[in-house]
Amino acid sequence: MKVFIVGLNHKTADIDVREKLSFNGLKLEEGLIKFKGLPDVEEAMILSTCNRVELYANVSDAEKASMSIKGFLSQFHNIEMAVLDNVLYIYDDVAAIRHVFRVASSLDSMVVGEPQILGQLKDAFEFALEKKTTGLLLNKLMKKAISVAKRVRTETRIAENAVSISFAAVELAKKIFTDLREKSFMLLGAGEMAELAARHLISSGVRDIKVANRTYERGCELAKEFNGRPVRFEDFLYEMVQTDIVICSTGASGYVLMRSQMQKVMKERKHRPVFIIDISVPRNIAPEINQLENVYLYDIDDLQGIVDANMLERHKEAEKADEIIEEEVETFLKWQSSLDSVPTIVALRDKAEEIKKEEFERLINKLPELGERERRAIEYMAAAIINKLIHPPTIALKEDAEDKDILIATVKRLYGINGKEDEKK
Amino acid sequence: MVTILFELALTFYFAAAIVSVMELFRGTKTTSRFMLTFAVIGFLIHIANIVARYVIAGHIPITNLHEASSFFSWCIVLLFFFLEYRYRLGLLGSFIMPVVFILMLSSSMLPRKIEPLSPVLQSYWLGIHTVLAFLGDAAFAMAFGIGIMYLLQEHYVKSKHLGGLFQRLPSLQILDEINYKLITLGFPLLTLAIITGALWAESAWGSYWRWDPKETWSLITWFIYALVLHARLTAGWRGKRAAILSIIGFAAVIFTFFGVNLLLKGLHAFK
Repeated sequence: MKVFIVGLNHKTADIDVREKLSFNGLKLEEGLIKFKGLPDVEEAMILSTCNRVELYANVSDAEKASMSIKGFLSQFHNIEMAVLDNVLYIYDDVAAIRHVFRVASSLDSMVVGEPQILGQLKDAFEFALEKKTTGLLLNKLMKKAISVAKRVRTETRIAENAVSISFAAVELAKKIFTDLREKSFMLLGAGEMAELAARHLISSGVRDIKVANRTYERGCELAKEFNGRPVRFEDFLYEMVQTDIVICSTGASGYVLMRSQMQKVMKERKHRPVFIIDISVPRNIAPEINQLENVYLYDIDDLQGIVDANMLERHKEAEKADEIIEEEVETFLKWQSSLDSVPTIVALRDKAEEIKKEEFERLINKLPELGERERRAIEYMAAAIINKLIHPPTIALKEDAEDKDILIATVKRLYGINGKEDEKK
Repeated sequence: MVTILFELALTFYFAAAIVSVMELFRGTKTTSRFMLTFAVIGFLIHIANIVARYVIAGHIPITNLHEASSFFSWCIVLLFFFLEYRYRLGLLGSFIMPVVFILMLSSSMLPRKIEPLSPVLQSYWLGIHTVLAFLGDAAFAMAFGIGIMYLLQEHYVKSKHLGGLFQRLPSLQILDEINYKLITLGFPLLTLAIITGALWAESAWGSYWRWDPKETWSLITWFIYALVLHARLTAGWRGKRAAILSIIGFAAVIFTFFGVNLLLKGLHAFK
């Protein structure tokens, strides 16, 4: 009984291979049932996202399981084995446990720390539960993976800082202004990036929205889409007096806003702070404007710089996360070894044997007159009694039950058996 | 007894200040909870200390520099709890508790003897005048701490280096707003303190205003804060300028309080 993983991700396979191997929609159910049906697979679960496809299993013979799972993938997706060998990774036992924890904690993600993967893993697990393809080992593994991911999230700062330009812009806006709902926002021009950033701002609560575009009709369209109002491009300077956040991307080849103009705007607005994001390349807003008091001007490079710094920070935090994961792998292994009932069964049998031997010898010493035949009969009876007594617990211990670890502990306690682990303590 | 209470309060404020500074480097929910707990315990013991002195002296215990700076610290902590409860600004304690501790430490180094009050000063004006003055000063002290937080956060945003405390400091807008509110609270209190001081002076010494150093410096402080408010309302001096002015204003408050008493002589010098 050990965890076994066959999979591929964005690092090992291109998007077209990932697409071919993905289990989406109806394929998932069919695939999962077939996967579970493989002769060497005791438990099964499939995680399929756009960046990874992973098959989790509980197997006893990794060698055999590896062959049959690969065979299954090749057949199911109609892909040559040679292609699969190039993109697949295989993890077994400790490495597999560690891998699941790292995936859940988003350490293996394309954007380290992104939160979606945990949800996707939960969904995959729930689906497998629904189809009853998992059991003792994978259930515990997934529950543990989810709690490890939560621990990583609270104990490290892996998901703290924005790692996309538009989120970085929103984060900054929130550190300049308290409540974005009270702020007014103007989109100047309509580049794709600017639109995306605008959407993020709006979903963070900005309600007063203006769109100024060189072609007024396009501006009207966008304004409608954003639930804002269109403004004539020539009027944007006038509008800025009443605007707290500006995203600019006009496609003009030079500056559309100069320092002296901005100075006048600031005076008009009594120096209330303004946050200007200039996403255009070449820049549309004179960079000296940032020197004005209460004006905060960020261009695309500034935002990219922040994103890069945050990314670096995340990778540093990922190291801390890996330490946490090592700890948790250790606890999981302990739990897993506590599942191994063989030592307990052996100990139980030894104990019974010992008692039998002791009592038998005592009897022989007391009754030396007994003949060979009687002695054998008595010994036979003693053996029969202990065998019948330990038979049911032995059977129970051999079964894969959800509460097996508790059962083992109970048996040990009831019969006064101290395992090796207890001795260490 | 009075001494022990004071030392205990000082110790707890010290612990709170240490934890609050630690919070700047590695803050968690636990550290801020510890900081608040220490501050609350210190504050309660501090109340006991002030009450004990009141009972022994028979009048409001703000008659020497030790008592005054102790009461001043107490007012700041009171205001800190209020702001913490109302706004939960991240890291506020880290910028306030050290100030409280330094004030208490200076208080601990000044003579603590309870002496009988000279008959000239025995009047209900003592309580009114001093409590108003110190509540106002406490508001200015908070504005000072908030002003420093503003300048720090402003530096991060302006320089585009968003490391350090950027994530944990509050937004510029809320810092600026609270700074303004604190000054609009402190200013009328200071004004009333000056007026009640003048009334008391008239009844005690026979004239409203004698240009003794304390009076002069209070007036200077009053003008600085009047300027802060006026410039904000008319010329839009908000944000960075308001923050700098509130720091300068607090320097004037501290000089009026300690400098005048220790360096210059006058009627207000505690005897």
